[in-house]
Amino acid sequence: MIPVFFWTDMLIFLLIAIGLLLGFRIAGNELLRRPWRKVARSRTGMVSLVVLLGFFVVGLLDTIHFRFAGSGSTGQEQQFDSEPLSLFDWWAAPLRASDEKTYSAPFAVQLYARELMLQEDSSKAWGYPRLRHGGAHLDDPEQERVADLLTTASFGTVKGLLAAALIGIGLCAIRSRSLNTDRIRENITEISKAQTEVPWRAMMVTLTLMLCVSWAVADLSLKYHVFGTDKVGQDVLYQSLKSVRTGLVIGTVTTLIMLPFALSLGILAGYYRGWIDDIIQYLYTTLNSIPGVLLIAASILVVQVYMAKHEENFNTIAVRADTRLLFLCLILGITSWTGLCRLLRAETLKLREMEYVQAALTLGVKDHMILIRHILPNVFHIVLITVVLDFSGLVLAEAVLSYVNIGVDPTTNSWGNMINSARLEMAREPVVWWSLAAAFVFMFTLVLAANLFADAVRDAFDPRMNYLHL
Amino acid sequence: MTYYIIRRILYAFPLLLGVNILTFLLFFVVNTPDDMARMQLGEKRVTDEAVQQWKEQHGYDLPLLWNEEAHGSGKITETIFYSKSIGLFLFRFGRSDSGRNIGSDIYQRMWPSLAIAVPSLLFGLIANISFAVMMVFFRSTYFETWGGILCVIMMSVSTLFYIIFGQFVVGKFLQLVPISGYDTGLNAVKFMVLPVLTGVVSGLGSGTRWYRILFLEEVEKDYVRTARAKGLSEPRVLFTHVLQNALIPILTGVVVVLPTLFMGSLITESFFSIPGLGSYTIDAISAQDFAIVRSMVFLGSALYILGLLLTDISYTLVDPRIRLS
Repeated sequence: MIPVFFWTDMLIFLLIAIGLLLGFRIAGNELLRRPWRKVARSRTGMVSLVVLLGFFVVGLLDTIHFRFAGSGSTGQEQQFDSEPLSLFDWWAAPLRASDEKTYSAPFAVQLYARELMLQEDSSKAWGYPRLRHGGAHLDDPEQERVADLLTTASFGTVKGLLAAALIGIGLCAIRSRSLNTDRIRENITEISKAQTEVPWRAMMVTLTLMLCVSWAVADLSLKYHVFGTDKVGQDVLYQSLKSVRTGLVIGTVTTLIMLPFALSLGILAGYYRGWIDDIIQYLYTTLNSIPGVLLIAASILVVQVYMAKHEENFNTIAVRADTRLLFLCLILGITSWTGLCRLLRAETLKLREMEYVQAALTLGVKDHMILIRHILPNVFHIVLITVVLDFSGLVLAEAVLSYVNIGVDPTTNSWGNMINSARLEMAREPVVWWSLAAAFVFMFTLVLAANLFADAVRDAFDPRMNYLHL
Repeated sequence: MTYYIIRRILYAFPLLLGVNILTFLLFFVVNTPDDMARMQLGEKRVTDEAVQQWKEQHGYDLPLLWNEEAHGSGKITETIFYSKSIGLFLFRFGRSDSGRNIGSDIYQRMWPSLAIAVPSLLFGLIANISFAVMMVFFRSTYFETWGGILCVIMMSVSTLFYIIFGQFVVGKFLQLVPISGYDTGLNAVKFMVLPVLTGVVSGLGSGTRWYRILFLEEVEKDYVRTARAKGLSEPRVLFTHVLQNALIPILTGVVVVLPTLFMGSLITESFFSIPGLGSYTIDAISAQDFAIVRSMVFLGSALYILGLLLTDISYTLVDPRIRLS
């Protein structure tokens, strides 16, 4: 088993490292901590943060890639599979392996399409054949199915409840430790009556719900196809979970790529003014004037041609798909950095006239020190708000772009690709709705949580919302 | 004023030149015409003659920037940059890679795009502003709280779902209007209903939130307090005073998108198979027709720059306090 690092994987790890670094920085500084306290007090903000973290865990598991030892190990050298698998793939191996022939409805035990079947008396008749995996353990599906579904789901729910209870006890213990009290019971009453500063009760309720639902779904998915199967018989639940990583990568790596440009150019333009400002303004007006979708389309075409030309460097499907994902982030970054750059420029123009900057100038502080010490920390809240606000928009944009075939690679699991392949199924008779429903549920939850969290962050950092009118 | 407008028009040229150079780099330098030909011809083992022939047919068999073999001004004019990029400045789009006249295509397909985009914008504006005004009118009540929640929920649904649900419920289930297609003349109206409806609904969440902030900002101002102090009723204050004053930022926000309406909406048009410029662009992208994509990039940028110019001018018209210099 050897680890494999794709470009997007490494960028995500870099992002986590930056996040941790900033977290430590903020934790050690009361002034920086204050707005975050306000975020922590917001109930919707913290509830959506719990949901976001749930998505993040799935995405992170799907980011750690390995190349597993192949089955056909001949001779001395150990053979490795050519396509690397992620930790998530390994964990969800039963889902990955449970392919059916074609469409099947959620929790179904039979195929969705009729087939010519061989009867016991070796005659042929039209009928709905049993699924290979979905409900295969049942002898008499019509009688047992509902009862089996209910027991499996309730066992899963109980497991989820137990896990949530464990986490709850752990939380109380940590909380009493940090408050230096031994009275755990008092602590529990405080939390259950929502008397704490941080809305622990709401967070615990969300966590419990999430754990129960996901545990029940996980248990069910071992025996059934919770969201059915698609045209080639792949489990839709597995596809939607794999899509989480794509959505998160698009939402976060894009910002990581654009941030250095927007930050440096915006601050430089605002601080130095004059011809530097002119050039930077010209640059972003030009980029801004090209319709975003067309620029993305043009660049994706270019990447395709490039990859077709240099086939030897992109030898596996996974590498090709990952390169395309990375380029998509890059191009989305290029089309979206102009807004932030403009905001930063305007804010820097204001800041450089402030007394403390003027004082630093008079004292002979070097320009780059002023930029790093005095300007950068004071525009940071704009960066943060923009990054958080952009996230949900980028996740939604991925779906639209994949629909136009200029998004991620068709082999990459993404909600856009799921919608794209499912939209023709709505015209079928009877309707195949579950792919679309699954994509909708996952995407809606993620985007809603991101939007609510973004609102909480914005309220905490910029209650006057004046950044809208800069 | 005239001086200012002339200066702004002159400023548009370097911008367009920048766009032009960027697209030139993307389409001809990063990928040479040879690559394009190979991609168009499809097969992995394409003979050099076939590539050469394709380039000749489409006029890509010239040097990029400088033609050594030509004489006089031909050294500059008989190049790809001159023949493919400069023509765009005069809106001479030339022929697409499949041999069609892009200019006349654009002229034909512009109208269906406008027929969808203009009503969408208009009805969307009316809906957004009315909801926003209502939310401000009922501020700090349950109506505002739940309205705000509804807005966030509506914002979180992808446009694609609105279209798919709209097509399924209105078109297939209720069978009120055709699911997709387009017709000429008045017959087009029944094809326009669904695209316009989904366009309005999908923009409602974010639009209402945006205008609400705008109105809230206005409500805090001194003249509103004066109007209230005079004893005017709240509806009167809101609908005459506030709405009128908030129209300035609304108007300028709308003017900037006006020219780009010609381009149509990529997603809506391709979902509803409307023969507009949006679906034209999508078809070009999937057919990898670089000539059309290049033309549309240029056209889109030109229209955007025109929008910026119109915004500046409209500012001075509606708000005499702003002097352009």
